[in-house]
Amino acid sequence: MSDVLIAGAGITPFGRTEHTTGRRHAVQAVNAALADAGIPWSRVGAAFGGSDAAGLADTLVAQLGLTGLPFVNVKNGCATGGSALVSAVNAIRAGMADVVLAVGFDKHPRGAFDPLPADWGLDEAYGRDGLMVTTQFFGMKIRRYMHDHGISPRTLALVAEKAYRNGARNPNAWRRTPIGADEILGSGMVSDPLTRYMFCSPGEGAAALVLCAPSVAKELASVPVTLRSAVVKSRRFGSFEVFSPWIAGGELTSVSRDAAAAAFEAAGAGPGDVDVCQLQDTESGAEVMHMAECGFCEDGEQEKLIASGATEIGGPLPVNTDGGCIANGEPIGASGLRQVYEVVRQLRGQAGDRQVPGRPRVGFTHVYGAPGVSACTVLSR
Amino acid sequence: MSVIAHQVAEVSKVPAPAGLRGSRCGDCAVTVYPADDACPRCGRATSPVALSAVGTLWTWTVQRFAPKSPPFVPPPEGFRPFALGYVELPEGVRVAAVLDTDDLGSIQIGMPLRIEPSNGVPHAIPIEEA
Repeated sequence: MSDVLIAGAGITPFGRTEHTTGRRHAVQAVNAALADAGIPWSRVGAAFGGSDAAGLADTLVAQLGLTGLPFVNVKNGCATGGSALVSAVNAIRAGMADVVLAVGFDKHPRGAFDPLPADWGLDEAYGRDGLMVTTQFFGMKIRRYMHDHGISPRTLALVAEKAYRNGARNPNAWRRTPIGADEILGSGMVSDPLTRYMFCSPGEGAAALVLCAPSVAKELASVPVTLRSAVVKSRRFGSFEVFSPWIAGGELTSVSRDAAAAAFEAAGAGPGDVDVCQLQDTESGAEVMHMAECGFCEDGEQEKLIASGATEIGGPLPVNTDGGCIANGEPIGASGLRQVYEVVRQLRGQAGDRQVPGRPRVGFTHVYGAPGVSACTVLSR
Repeated sequence: MSVIAHQVAEVSKVPAPAGLRGSRCGDCAVTVYPADDACPRCGRATSPVALSAVGTLWTWTVQRFAPKSPPFVPPPEGFRPFALGYVELPEGVRVAAVLDTDDLGSIQIGMPLRIEPSNGVPHAIPIEEA
């Protein structure tokens, strides 16, 4: 299949504001991506985007310019950004347009998400009795994983400590104050064994990418990054997901494992080729498990790898160099494209204080979310 | 005989109280709870099945803060942290349940539990080991 280039990438500061809407964040991110690419809005031939809770992406044309382009709304939970990206890639490959926008944005109220059982096909009792809480799932999945593979609570704390340390180097991050592992362990249980400072918080922000066909490269202001693959998968039978009244017996399947393997196959690369990666870290346990599910280590190896500093910015496999969800928060629609933005900056050598040394060549991103969906990309310069 | 199989055998000697009612696919032997008309793996029609009342704890956590209302309805005496988890049953299904225990420090993966229906979600009670 023909290559697709990332011509420009834009982002807003992540966090929480009083008066800025999710849509306003989105416009800011799109304009930043266009400026980065050196491409005017009028040159964009199609757009895909969405938010989970901050409005319809196609209404952004009122602020961006009424050029008549097709603009498709995407609503795909945590994979909203990834699905918008895959749609944009397919539009380029299908010849629909040679310059295409992908945008994701969101703005959530404080506290845990509050989904309703009926929206998930569940009996009202699951909400009434207090089992519709996302953090429970994360606690229970990592609890079992720690039991099976010898992961300690301290390793969970080290993941969060790294997130805040990297966030402190990222001017767009929400949490920019380093927090030590002992304080993280002592910050109070939310859903055992996960403590308060091991979780990300729902927040707000936006990220946007301008993608193009290789023939457009000569028009660009920045050095493009090649998107070697972008894959979205939904779960197969036998996975463990949020809000499940039951789980199948036997070994678990993993949608992240499926999506990562498909992304690597399509890219003609493997986990060993990756110099910098972004893994969904809704909380510390997710980053630990996703290291194995995405193929970067065997189950259980994380205990030594993380303690040795392997996933630090200067380590052999830097993970979540921008601070990840833990330091940036989770605006659902924006997270997947934030990850790609970060890898683009890293591969171009433009990541500032958090730049991975040694001129990284290959990057990987992974997003995962309810109800069992994952999007992965492989990028190279 | 495994702990579970032994306890299931003991339980099966007495007339079962109305236990959890699930469904099973005749083609791929997938058992689910709550019962569903169609098999989630192959889509074929399923049959009702009574699930075992005894299983082991597969994983668990504690709900430390009051969930948002709605949909949560706190008990009349007010919210208190409670444990929840998945109980692995011999039918090859792990069922989500509230764990009825005040001793949160004693909860362990693998502990035997008796699981029962309630007016709401299933509840599971630790079984004292002899």
